[in-house]
Amino acid sequence: MTPNAWIQMGVFLLVLVALVKPLGAFMARVYEGRPCGLDKPVGWMERLTYRLAGIKPDQPMNWKTYAIAVLLFNLLGGLVVYGLQRLQGSLPLNPEHLGAVSPDLAWNTAISFISNTDWQSYNGETTVSYLTQMLGLTVQNFVSAATGMAVLVALIRGIRGKQTENIGNFWVDLVRSTLYILLPLSFILALALVSQGVVQTLAPYKKVSLIQPIRYTQSTTNAAGKSVNQTVWVKHQILPLGPAASQIAIKQLGTNGGGFFGVNSAHPFENPNPISNFLEVLAILLIPAALCYTFGRMVGDTRQGWAIFAAMMIIFVPLMVGCVWAEHAGNPKFAALGVNQSPSALMSGGNMEGKETRFGVTDSAIWAAATTAASNGSVNSMHDSYTPLGGLVPMWLMELGEVIFGGVGSGLYGMLMFVIVAVFIAGLMVGRTPEYLGKKIEAFEMKMATICVLVPPAMVLMMTAIACVTVMGTSAIENPGAHGFSEILYWASSVGNNNGSAFAGLSTNTVFYNIAGGIVMWISRYFLIVPTLALAGALARKKQIPVSSGTLPTHDALFAGWLVATVVLIGALTFLPALALGPIVEYLHLWH
Amino acid sequence: MAVKSTSLFNGEITRRAIVESFKKLDPRIQFRNPVMFVVYIGSIVTSGLFIQALLGHGEASPGFILAVSLWLWFTVLFANFAEAMAEGRGKAQADTLRRARRDTAAKKLAEARRDAAVQSVSATTLRKGDILIAEAGDLIAADGEVIEGVASVDESAITGESAPVIRESGGDRSSVTGGTRVLSDWLIIRVACNPGETFLDRMIAMVEGAKRQKTPNEIALNILLAKLTIIFLLATVTLLPFSIYAVNAAGHGVPVPFTVLVALLVCLIPTTIGGLLSAIGIAGMDRMIQKNVIATSGRAVEAAGNVDVLLLDKTGTITLGNRQAVNFIPASGVTAEQLADAAQLSSFADETPEGRSIVVLAKDRYKLRGRELGSMNAQFIPFTAQTRMSGVDLDGRKIRKGAADAIAAYVTQLGGEYKSSIASAVDDIARRGGTPLAVADGPNVLGIIELKDIVKGGIKERFAELRRMGIKTVMITGDNPLTAAAIAAEAGVDDFLAQATPETKLQLIREYQQGGRLVAMTGDGTNDAPALAQADVAVAMNSGTQAAKEAGNMVDLDSNPTKLIEVIETGKQLLMTRGSLTTFSIANDVSKYFAIIPAIFAGIYPAMQRLNIMHLATPASAIMSAVIFNALIIIILIPLALRGVKYRPMPAGKLLLQNILLYGVGGLIVPFIGIKLINMALVTMHLA
Repeated sequence: MTPNAWIQMGVFLLVLVALVKPLGAFMARVYEGRPCGLDKPVGWMERLTYRLAGIKPDQPMNWKTYAIAVLLFNLLGGLVVYGLQRLQGSLPLNPEHLGAVSPDLAWNTAISFISNTDWQSYNGETTVSYLTQMLGLTVQNFVSAATGMAVLVALIRGIRGKQTENIGNFWVDLVRSTLYILLPLSFILALALVSQGVVQTLAPYKKVSLIQPIRYTQSTTNAAGKSVNQTVWVKHQILPLGPAASQIAIKQLGTNGGGFFGVNSAHPFENPNPISNFLEVLAILLIPAALCYTFGRMVGDTRQGWAIFAAMMIIFVPLMVGCVWAEHAGNPKFAALGVNQSPSALMSGGNMEGKETRFGVTDSAIWAAATTAASNGSVNSMHDSYTPLGGLVPMWLMELGEVIFGGVGSGLYGMLMFVIVAVFIAGLMVGRTPEYLGKKIEAFEMKMATICVLVPPAMVLMMTAIACVTVMGTSAIENPGAHGFSEILYWASSVGNNNGSAFAGLSTNTVFYNIAGGIVMWISRYFLIVPTLALAGALARKKQIPVSSGTLPTHDALFAGWLVATVVLIGALTFLPALALGPIVEYLHLWH
Repeated sequence: MAVKSTSLFNGEITRRAIVESFKKLDPRIQFRNPVMFVVYIGSIVTSGLFIQALLGHGEASPGFILAVSLWLWFTVLFANFAEAMAEGRGKAQADTLRRARRDTAAKKLAEARRDAAVQSVSATTLRKGDILIAEAGDLIAADGEVIEGVASVDESAITGESAPVIRESGGDRSSVTGGTRVLSDWLIIRVACNPGETFLDRMIAMVEGAKRQKTPNEIALNILLAKLTIIFLLATVTLLPFSIYAVNAAGHGVPVPFTVLVALLVCLIPTTIGGLLSAIGIAGMDRMIQKNVIATSGRAVEAAGNVDVLLLDKTGTITLGNRQAVNFIPASGVTAEQLADAAQLSSFADETPEGRSIVVLAKDRYKLRGRELGSMNAQFIPFTAQTRMSGVDLDGRKIRKGAADAIAAYVTQLGGEYKSSIASAVDDIARRGGTPLAVADGPNVLGIIELKDIVKGGIKERFAELRRMGIKTVMITGDNPLTAAAIAAEAGVDDFLAQATPETKLQLIREYQQGGRLVAMTGDGTNDAPALAQADVAVAMNSGTQAAKEAGNMVDLDSNPTKLIEVIETGKQLLMTRGSLTTFSIANDVSKYFAIIPAIFAGIYPAMQRLNIMHLATPASAIMSAVIFNALIIIILIPLALRGVKYRPMPAGKLLLQNILLYGVGGLIVPFIGIKLINMALVTMHLA
């Protein structure tokens, strides 16, 4: 690896770590309802929203009420997104006159966006109107992220509650997440991106003349039924435009990942240069990382938050470095063909297949690791073309359950489920009924936590199994052999963990993949949210046990290491056989 | 109960356990343990596949399927054996107890009077509330409360302690247990429970594990293990479609056979902890019994591990039962020898431990030996509640010792003077936590004897140990706060409750529990019963009253209040054994993957052989080695499950590190070695 690669990774991580505390502390203030500096500019909007929606902000909710509110709100969101897609042909703001989206694709997209997955079976510029993008998808980019954050905050309230039923008010958490955190951050990021050349317009697509017209040969059948070769000149190009910058900001910040354009952040209008790339990749991990500090603040011991953050970093950093290293190592098949893969002043070197020359190997691989660690799923390069080990990293990061940063809110509450499992075993090992932050972990908590740990891998394995032995599954594969298996496994891992990134190489806009994907995304999101809230309710009702030297410390390096071991071991044991048949065997075949 | 610490693999118990392991193949029993039930089903499936192979339609060679099938059955049997061993040890103890429960004849009284009409009935017909008489040589027919009489009773059948104990009506020594024998005198007893509910019956049920219910932590752990089993079930089952795809992709090879999938599944699911889990629970209770503590439920044993606050009675637990003389403080103009001499003279006839300690102290300090008092024409004055003094009249001297105010009144009445220097010495001693006794010779006060509570040797270190374990100790005493504070400081307890009454005790426990703490205490008296009932872990002394025993959730047969500390350690050990073996079990899976994955895919993708880092001979031998290791490790760990992992008091963090290194890292490494060794053995025996 080049020194440049090390410097880029170092700067990225340093800036990220530096932002954790200030943003985390700010978010803690927002959720605790304390002055946060935005009370004047945003407070009136908050109060207006409450008045218009008839929300009583002081009304406490028990976990069931909270869960019903979450589910109803998301159901409503899903219906709106579905309806907009089906009716967009007769609705305004559709300059390209795009027709109704097919029912299975509309279903897939609706679930995908309300579940914060943002899997895209569609191609933005050829399928959805501006209105659908703005009112449907962008709105969900905000509120699906805010839903995740609200559920996390409810869980935190459960942890610190003392014999109470109250875990907060969903509407307040939702509104405050959106107005105080997501909107202001997106506003800043969108402005910065526009300054770098990301497009933001409601104008129709532009037809431009090519500076260098291109020519190709097309074989057609003439009137006599004979095949003739015809030379075609291309002199014009259609440039798709749209209100991209605003959507890109929230797609990155809210771990959504659904690109405005089909190729996502590899598109020059979404991500024109290394500076915009840096801002966007930073935005992927920003809120999930900072929420660790928010958690520590809110439970009254910031060390607890740092321990979880450290555990995430211990898993993330080696995997990111590994991905960058694997891509820098290049592809032996290219080397055999005499392709120069060594870095120089003019090129990044390494495996450049499927990567943008303006980003090179390093920025692409950092992005690949970040977007799959967080359940973002936006891409700036095609993961399908990565080397086997380089591609294994993003795949496995998703399969760990999207808990290494993970989705906004959902990543941390997912990680807390692993914490509960880790605390349980460690607690037994020190000879006490396990407890976390003063709350006893008993049978019910164990049941809820293990459901959350179990559901995503179960979904991934089952969907991969179904897709790889049925015609409707295998017919979508564009690459045969072990790589085809990797493509299916990647798809299942992505939808089964609400990531939404695509490996590509799999034509998933089919009835089977759309419907099955929609079901999996729905289960993986809401079959985790409900047990998480039930757990919050159960913890809130419990007594708080005072800390003594017999209490298992959960803020130190030992526990962080133990948590890492738990996450890695469960992830490895569940997916090793599947990975062996995909990327691992690909690697063994490529390097021998 | 004669509980000897039986050796772990006693021949008779082992033989019985082997028979039991086969009886436990009953599906209704297997169904109770989700992890082992999966192995059980796997054994049946592979047996079926073997028969299919014999008929010529096999997916693999019959020999291989048979070998896998047999070792899966062994896995089930080994787990059964572990449980049967644990139960067997309990049963052996139950048999000893049963011998004490012979059908005895009882002398039933018409009324609670010594001279009432006696009717001889069988002990099994006795009901609660019946009145019995037991005379010298009689076996006491049922548990009950002494309502009249004093007698010495041989309780060795229950406690294993051969020295007889005194049982009398009223007070804290009024309860008697069925199956014990009256040695002298007689007792009138009110029967306290119906047949089948006696203490002995409950003990037998407990040690046999007949009514064993899963404890809360065991339930939670079972949930975790069941979920892990589901994950591994999915990871294994999906390998069939995955391998079908791979065969199509590679163009050669065969999909993974069922037998291999079952073998892989059994290797991956946490069979080590699953197979040993119930044995660990039973053995935990068993270890309590070895310490002569009978717990009324496994839940109580488990709760003992969680205790945060320990309430300890001062007398008998923290201090020796009685106060002892530690110092002579003479009045001005009197030498210490003179005071010691008078004090000793006044105490020769005083048989109380305090009195004896005065004689001993005078002898040790001033070489004052016992004298021939008969020749001195001595007349002893016994202690009475009215005078609150005792003493001796000899050769015209009237030596008295007693409470300071009683002596003050005595000398003033004789025209003497009670000096202020004496009064201030008295106050001093009280402040230090001692008890002052004044000594007077006629109208002259000779000085003060300082009596003190003697803190038991080594107790301070025990409390420091408890503090390291995160357990707070609280001393309960009837003393005034000044004295209590002094003793608390000397013994090194964290807190004390002075001038304790049953109400303040109960109040204190409730306060701690309100604050989220778990409280343990010991007690023997009837007035302890409410507090015992409230405490989370309540150890009643066997010598105590029936009410105390009913209220507690453990009974200490040795009646040793310091036992609580061992009870807590046993509780912790129980949880630690479960946690450590769970970690070990899951960590084992890594090496099993390295053995099995290359083996099952090598036919499809030959490149997979590069992952065979253990260089296992053939794919079949690799799978066999993992399966055999998985079965044998259960047998190897039975002693650990029965004995429990080692526990030394230390802070939780250190304990965790130690166990992670031992069972986590060890669990990663050990199977690599084990599987390789088994594989080498298979090769040597030409089985590979």
